[in-house]
Amino acid sequence: MKGFFATYLREFLLLKKRFIRVLISFSINPLLYIFAFGIGLGKNITIGGKSYLEFLIPGLISATSMMQAFAINVEINIARFYLKIFEEFQSSPISNLSYALGEVLSGVTRAFLATFIILVISFLAGVKFYLNFYFFLTVFLNAFVFASLGLASAMLIKSHADQALVTNFIITPMMFLGGTFFPTENLPFFIKPVIEALPLTITSHTLRSIALYNSFKYSSLFILLVIAIISFMIALYSIKGAKN
Amino acid sequence: MSKTALKVKNLVKKYSSVVALKGISFEIKKKELFALLGPNGAGKTTTIRIIAGLTNPNSGKIYLFEKNLYNNLIWSKSQIGIVPQHINLDMELTVEENLLIHGLLYKLSLSLIKKRISELLELADLKERKNSKIKELSGGLKRRVLIIRALMHKPKLLLLDEPTVGLDPHIRRKIWSFIKNIQANGTTILLTTHYMEEAEYLADRVAFIFSGEIKAINTPKDFIKQLGNYAVDVYLSDKLKTFYFKEKEEAEKELLKYSKNHFVSLRRVTLEDAFLKYVEKNL
Repeated sequence: MKGFFATYLREFLLLKKRFIRVLISFSINPLLYIFAFGIGLGKNITIGGKSYLEFLIPGLISATSMMQAFAINVEINIARFYLKIFEEFQSSPISNLSYALGEVLSGVTRAFLATFIILVISFLAGVKFYLNFYFFLTVFLNAFVFASLGLASAMLIKSHADQALVTNFIITPMMFLGGTFFPTENLPFFIKPVIEALPLTITSHTLRSIALYNSFKYSSLFILLVIAIISFMIALYSIKGAKN
Repeated sequence: MSKTALKVKNLVKKYSSVVALKGISFEIKKKELFALLGPNGAGKTTTIRIIAGLTNPNSGKIYLFEKNLYNNLIWSKSQIGIVPQHINLDMELTVEENLLIHGLLYKLSLSLIKKRISELLELADLKERKNSKIKELSGGLKRRVLIIRALMHKPKLLLLDEPTVGLDPHIRRKIWSFIKNIQANGTTILLTTHYMEEAEYLADRVAFIFSGEIKAINTPKDFIKQLGNYAVDVYLSDKLKTFYFKEKEEAEKELLKYSKNHFVSLRRVTLEDAFLKYVEKNL
């Protein structure tokens, strides 16, 4: 437990020291999307009887929590390739499980911070949602999946430059196609099943259902849980491979 | 009870086509300061990384206080402190925060961490810098933090990988006294270094390592004795030639012989001379 706490505490202290900078950087993207797409472009658009802004915000929460959770890979990369702090963890008597849990939960913390920022912006924009335990559980599972994948990618890449490739080829397309900005029902039949199976799409649909209609499918949460476990196992396996 | 702290047997490490370690073996006694001395790429850091559990060897065995290191990896890691060549401290965090995280990684209780931080800051003369961010410290102070961080959990074996690299001579000497202090408190130390005078001053025994092979192990005194006590350096037009003598009188005779036509000097033999002899033989 102490090993897990040490890993988490390090990331937490860094986040705390950069809190104002982090707060500003976490707010800029959602603000831009809300103003550009929600208020500007989507002013006269309704989807399923809801305004586009109401449709957009749960998707934005899914996408932003994904991005911020996955972004732990940047911190891990700096710690691994530049500061070489990863070696301090590797040479200490903690298990890979403790290390992975600490890093992944720090990614989850970043995702929740980003989520709360969007909720505050939404509240200020006058948008009202249903928020319950399952809403936050969905955010947690989504963040857990992507923080695990962020950790795995940080362990698998061989240099800092490779990281941008992973983000450009996987995370950015997922953000635009995973039900954040438009309903996936409109996608062509040959790509729809693939897109709907993505964890981000499942999260967007679930958060939207809860926030707008106060309903959701337990099966979606179960699928997210399974993906979270698989992602975490991949992350654990990747740490083993990072030893050279 | 065995007197051996660390036993390395036939350690082999290959990086694709390069063989970094070709079956090295050595033993370190408890409370001893043992130095690995060799040129760049000789395998010193690889050896340290394998002992610290950071790199897996291809073959060979390591025993730490008679226990197989790889069969007892978590236990072994708790007995070892490592000071790497590069300063791998969190630059944004304070001295105290860096030490706190290390203490937690080594599963110390919070009260013990607090006590150790206070003791070690005192030992390293860093009490005033407790709340300074690492990035605000000079190179020498960063090195001291790096060393006390490795001591937080009271390791029985301390691995020092080039602990004074890049430091000014007066700071290097301060770190030497600090290392001597640590050894005097009962810690076994494995040191790698480029600096001959560092090994000569600090080490009880020295191993010369070249291209992944240990060529000789001896005390600095005995290495020096093998060459003699006095050296005469003769600066010839294209190279420096050194002659070694047991007796001062013989050395002075040689000095006179060359002094008419060349610049010459007489001095005591150092570990560097012994090392250079091995370099000549092995490179």
